[in-house]
Amino acid sequence: MTTTSSPPVDQQVARRLYTTMTLAAACDERLRKGILRGEFATVIWPSRGQEAIAAGFGAALRLDDRLVTTYRGLHDLIAKGVPLVEVMGEVIGRTVGASGGKGGTMHISCPDAGVMLTTGIVGAGVPVAVGLALAARRQQSDRVVAVSFGDGATNTGSFHEGMNLAATWQLPVIFICQNNRFAEMTPTAETMHIEQVADRALAYAMPGARVDGNDPEAVYGAVTEAAERGRAGGGPTFLECVTFRFEGHYVGDPQTYIPEQELAAAKAADPIPIYRQKLLDGGVLSEAELATVDEESSAHVEDALREVLAASAPDEAEIDVDFLVDLKGVPA
Amino acid sequence: MTSVAEPRKLTVSKALNEALDQALAGDPRVLLLGEDIADPGGGIAGVTGGLSTKHGRDRVLDTPISEAAIVGAAIGAAMEGQLPVAEIMIMDFIGIAVDQLVNVAAKARFTSAGRTPCPITIRTATFGGLGSGATHSQSLEAWFMHVPGLKVIMPSTPADAKGLLTAAIFDPDPCLFIETTVAYGMTGDVPAGDHRVEIGTADVKRAGNDVTIVTYGRAVFDSLQAAERLSGDGVDVEVLDLRSLVPLDLDAVLQSVGRTGRAVVAHYATEFAGPGAEVAAAISKELFGQLKAPVERVGARFRPIPALSMDRFVFPNADRIAAAVRTTLERT
Repeated sequence: MTTTSSPPVDQQVARRLYTTMTLAAACDERLRKGILRGEFATVIWPSRGQEAIAAGFGAALRLDDRLVTTYRGLHDLIAKGVPLVEVMGEVIGRTVGASGGKGGTMHISCPDAGVMLTTGIVGAGVPVAVGLALAARRQQSDRVVAVSFGDGATNTGSFHEGMNLAATWQLPVIFICQNNRFAEMTPTAETMHIEQVADRALAYAMPGARVDGNDPEAVYGAVTEAAERGRAGGGPTFLECVTFRFEGHYVGDPQTYIPEQELAAAKAADPIPIYRQKLLDGGVLSEAELATVDEESSAHVEDALREVLAASAPDEAEIDVDFLVDLKGVPA
Repeated sequence: MTSVAEPRKLTVSKALNEALDQALAGDPRVLLLGEDIADPGGGIAGVTGGLSTKHGRDRVLDTPISEAAIVGAAIGAAMEGQLPVAEIMIMDFIGIAVDQLVNVAAKARFTSAGRTPCPITIRTATFGGLGSGATHSQSLEAWFMHVPGLKVIMPSTPADAKGLLTAAIFDPDPCLFIETTVAYGMTGDVPAGDHRVEIGTADVKRAGNDVTIVTYGRAVFDSLQAAERLSGDGVDVEVLDLRSLVPLDLDAVLQSVGRTGRAVVAHYATEFAGPGAEVAAAISKELFGQLKAPVERVGARFRPIPALSMDRFVFPNADRIAAAVRTTLERT
C-alpha cells in the first residue's frame, strides 16, 4: 500500500474542487444552523471536514459514472452533481426533494447525476455497487461505479462479500473509504487490528492505497487513476481517504469521546482554508476569485433553501405512490 | 393466463428450468446468479441445469458463497434495467441477505420516488423433509410477508411453478419466489410456450362444499391427500392454493369460505404468528356470523426443526390437516 502523490491539476479542475468543497460545507453548515435554531425540523449526519474527498472524486468521475453513498453523504451528493434543491428538499422533506420528500436524508437517489443509492445501513451499499458495475459491463459501457462509505463499514460482512465479488469478477468499482477516525462513536483503532484500512485490499489482490483525504487534488489524482483502470478493464480499486469528522455522528453530538485537543487540532487543519491558501499561494486563483466562489456558494445554498421552504410537504396520498406498481391484493 | 402450444407432463424442476430458459432466450436483460448454478452442476437440484451451456457464463453466473453480495449484485443490476434472477440455494441461508432484501430491494422504488425501481427475482427453496435439521429445513416466508415492498410467491404444481416464475421475472417489483425441494419431482401438465400466471390469484386445486383448506406451497400436496382421505368419510373438501402471500387473494378465500362456512389454514411455516394467522384473522373478521366453526390452523410447531425423520413431530402432514378439518365439523 502506497500513499499516492498528487500531480498538479489545471486551473479549471482546481476551481471545481474548491467550489465543491465550499458548496458542500455551506450546505452542511446551513442545515445544521436551521436545525439548531428551529427553522425546520430534520436530521442530518454532518459531513463537515470531509469535503475534500467528495470534491476529489466528483471532479474525477464522469456524470454517467455511478455513485453509491451513505447517510453521511451530503457532500458526496453535491460533488456528484445532484442539484442543491433536490438534496436540501429531500433533507427537509419537501416535494422538490430528490425523492419528493419520502426518502429523507438517508435515501437520496438521483440517476440523472449517476447517484443510484444512498443507504442508511452501514456497509449495505457495497454489494449494490458490484451489481451496478456488473450491469455496466453487460451493457458494454465504460462507466465506472464509485461506492463511498466510512471506516466502520469495512468491518461488515457486506463489505467483504462485495470486495471479494468485485475482485473475482474484475468489475470497475472504486471503493472509497472515508476514514474519518470514528465508527459512530468508537475510534477506528479500537475496531480493527490493522495499521491502515487500505490493507484490507491486499486480501482481495486489489490495488489499494491510503490517500490524504484532506487534499482534494490527491483524491482527484487517485480516483482518476482508478477510473482509468476500471474503464480499461483493469478491475476494482480500493482507496482509503484519511480525514476527520468535525461535527460528530449527528447534529448536537457532544463528542465526549474525542479528546479536546485532538478535535481542536483537526479543526485547525480544516481542508477548506488550507486548500484556499494553497490556491492563493500558487497563483492558481486570486483572492477576488476565491472570495467570489465563497460568496456564490453561500448564495446558492440560500437560494436553494428559499425554494425548498416555499415548496409543500408531500401529502398522505403519496404513501400509495411508487410503492408497488400493482396494489391489487396488497394490504392497505 | 396466456398459454400457447399443448401441455406436456413435466416435473416442477423441469418446469422451472423451462421458465428460466425461455426468459433467458426471450429477453437479453435476464441474467441468473447464484451458488453452483452453472454447469456441470446446474444447481444442487438441477433446476438451472444446461442454462449456462446454452446461454453463456456471462448470463448464468456462479458466485461465491456470499448471499448478501448475490442479492446486492442483483439489486444493482436491476437498478440499471437488467432483470436478474438470483438464487439463494436453501431458504435458511437467506438470513445473510435479509438486509439487502428488506432494507434495499423492498424500499428502492418508494424511497427514490420511482427513480430506482428494483425488479429482481430471488429464487430460493425450502429444504424441509430431507432430514438436514434445524438450519436447513425452515419455511421463513412470514418474515418477508411482514415487509412492505416485497412480493412473496410459493408455487405448488409444475404449471404454477413455470407460470409464476415467468411472471415474477418480468414483474416490475422485487419478488421472492420460494420453491419446495421435496416437490421438485412432482409431475403435472405444463404449457409449452410462454406461460404466465398472474401473481396474486389463488387457485382451486380441488373443489368441495363442506370445508375449505386454504394453503400454499408444499402443504397443498398434504391438503390434497387429506381431502382424498376425508372424501372416503363423505366429507367434501375444497383446497384453495393461495400461490402468493403478497399479494394475497383474500377475495378468493372469502368467496370459498363464505360458501363452505368452515376453514383450515395449512402451511409449513411455523404456526405461531405464521401466514395462517393473517388469513384466519381476515376470515374471522369478514365472515363473522357466517362461520359454522372457528378457523383452524395447521403449521409447523413452535420448535426448531429436528433432524432426520424426527421432523415429523414438528411439521404438518395430511393426518394433522385432516384432523383439523374434522375439528371444524365437530364444532357445528
